[in-house]
Amino acid sequence: MERRYLLGNEAIAHGCLESPVSFVSGYPGTPSSEVIEVLSSLPDRSYYAEWSVNEKVALENALAAAWCGVRALCTMKHVGLNVAADPLMTSAYTGVTGGLVIMSADDPYAHSSQNEQDSRMYAKFARIPCLDPATIQEAHDMVRDAFSLSEELGLPVIFRPTTRICHSKGDVELGPVLQNRRKGEFHRNPRQYVVIPAHTRILHKKLNEKQPKVRKRLGELGYNHATVRGSRAIITSGIAASYVQEVIPDDVSFLKVGAFPVDEEWLADFIRMHEEVLVIEELAPILEETVREVAGCVTVYGKKDGHAPYEGELSPAAVAGIMASCGFTPSRIFPDVSPVPDLPPRPPILCAGCMHRPVFYAIRKVFKDGIYPSDIGCYTLGLQLGAVDTTICMGASITVGSGMVHAGEEREIIATIGDSTFLHTGIQGLMNAVYNDARMTVVILDNRITAMTGHQPNPTTGLTACGMPAAPVSLEAVCRACGVGFVETVDPYDMATLTTALKDVKERPGVKVIIAKQHCVITARRAGIRRGRYRVDPETCTGCGICIAFGCPAIERDDEKASINELCSGCAVCAQLCPAGSIRKEGAR
Amino acid sequence: MTGGYDIMIVGIGGQGTILASNILGEACLIEKRSVRGAETHGMAQRGGSVESHIRVDGRHGPLIAPGTADLLIGFDMLEALRYSHFLKDGGRLVVNRRMVIPTSVYVQKLPIPSEEEIISQLAGKDLCLIDADATAREAGSPLSVNVVMLGAASHHIPLAADSLLLAIKRLVPPNTVVINTKAFELGRAAGQTC
Repeated sequence: MERRYLLGNEAIAHGCLESPVSFVSGYPGTPSSEVIEVLSSLPDRSYYAEWSVNEKVALENALAAAWCGVRALCTMKHVGLNVAADPLMTSAYTGVTGGLVIMSADDPYAHSSQNEQDSRMYAKFARIPCLDPATIQEAHDMVRDAFSLSEELGLPVIFRPTTRICHSKGDVELGPVLQNRRKGEFHRNPRQYVVIPAHTRILHKKLNEKQPKVRKRLGELGYNHATVRGSRAIITSGIAASYVQEVIPDDVSFLKVGAFPVDEEWLADFIRMHEEVLVIEELAPILEETVREVAGCVTVYGKKDGHAPYEGELSPAAVAGIMASCGFTPSRIFPDVSPVPDLPPRPPILCAGCMHRPVFYAIRKVFKDGIYPSDIGCYTLGLQLGAVDTTICMGASITVGSGMVHAGEEREIIATIGDSTFLHTGIQGLMNAVYNDARMTVVILDNRITAMTGHQPNPTTGLTACGMPAAPVSLEAVCRACGVGFVETVDPYDMATLTTALKDVKERPGVKVIIAKQHCVITARRAGIRRGRYRVDPETCTGCGICIAFGCPAIERDDEKASINELCSGCAVCAQLCPAGSIRKEGAR
Repeated sequence: MTGGYDIMIVGIGGQGTILASNILGEACLIEKRSVRGAETHGMAQRGGSVESHIRVDGRHGPLIAPGTADLLIGFDMLEALRYSHFLKDGGRLVVNRRMVIPTSVYVQKLPIPSEEEIISQLAGKDLCLIDADATAREAGSPLSVNVVMLGAASHHIPLAADSLLLAIKRLVPPNTVVINTKAFELGRAAGQTC
């Protein structure tokens, strides 16, 4: 046994090593990404690990591994589970022989997400177990147990940590790492693995017949527990249980659910011992609905009567507020304080030297009256540059653009999409737009890496998750294979060529693709690329503000003149924008 | 009450707040104490405002509530002011005397408080200002600002200086142990004087 101070995702990765896991796949997404980052970077791996191109691909790979009898982990963020929902729903029918754990990390408050959906709903939808950790230690223990539970029940298990588990830290008791000795072998069984109607009707019945056993086994795991202390009770789940424990007084009973679906009889017995119960959980009222179904005449407080919010994340102070609103007295009072008003915000921003900035700048110049559907990645920050009009989900820039064209929108449509997002779910939209003759421009922001989530390799990178060389996919060839007649690759640091390319496609019919290709400035720096810094000549700077408006964090205003700080990475784009020619490479004359 | 000691470290993505919080967590392990922490990852890191919560002797959740932190360590003056409401009455504030102006100020021509205005807005707090950039250069690397700040704040942290030093040795890159040890000691000396 060893105790270490770990990030939640590091503890989860360690739990997988203790199981031990045989097969790992996933698609990066905050807050889930570090699990595979840890597992793919360890030396002497006894298991297979990959970053897949999207979550559906990842889950189908992992499901096949579990069909072959090995233990498989598949990781994604909550919205990734939408992409993987198709195999998920039917994987509950086919079941598994090796343990299959699907980690779907939820993001209450949408710290880094486009919505706040609740993965527990998918588990209920698919009728498979869901484990919802309250602490990092529990997350570690649960993921280990999830593999054996999945094998025992023959069902995939959804493991649902939230941001405050994945990206919080704590002291964690770890077990020994085991070597994977399993080797996958597929045993042909069409009645299980070929879900034609005649088979699937029987499989569905079998899934339903498993449910009582599922509830019983989940109850025995020990993640659902209760303490009776008074006539009032708080019923809670997930990280909210940790917040409740900080503010619950000694005379209020406590019931925590970490494993869904909950045993309804056990829950009803507990509720009957009380006069009032308050349900506290983040996001959807999954536990609350079950409580209300079995509560009889016991008063239930929660989201459905307006005491607790459906949205956002909770905290000890928020829990104390909810308690007070329904007559429970929290053990701790929180001061009513507010931040200092009117401070200038410091939002996340595209890095100094980021290749996306000149592309957005040029698009705005060339297509002044254009519409700019965009996508999910660092470049969504192009919103700050006025060059992002829509973002809905992965891959939806091209499809939203073609939809607008066919709806009758006559202005120029310029969709922007990153390399990883294009490979994730952008290709289908491109093929569709070409085949149905949309007139639009697609700019692929190709920085050769999945940057926003922490620089995971993708098929344009030329390396696998574990760092093995692989032949990079040619985006030009993919676009041409989709039927695109005009594909041009440009260096976004070369403003003249970039601008000319954009002007050129304006006059062309059909779908045009420009691939703006340049390494992510962070990976370039890590690879040792040094371009030298630039500086402003204060003698000739006219203070026109053009370089300031470019929005690079390396450019500051010093009195009325511009100056360049130490963040400069030497992309030289500002030097090309400066009408007075005042920005030059350091040391150059 | 939690009975623990709650520390916030605030700054700008890339300033080393995560390493600083890891050092505190490791020092808790060295002293066999429980610890909880929370930090900013993902999109929020790209040069934006970041916060780390570290709860020495924490047993439950990782989040520190506004108005309850025992100590706030600010790597940047504007960020220290932004998060100053997290401090409890009588809480300690240790701040690097330096301010990176947000790009939004230049692009959108927003007003920004001066150093003097920030200091006067923090006047009611138990404030210790440290010239950590100069101290870090003196220690041998401008990158050691985070360790200088830990050293400066260490007088108030209920962890032994030896535990913090051992944690630093375990966590910083091996070729920077000498610099970071010096950074901690110089920071600790600077923190003594305010």
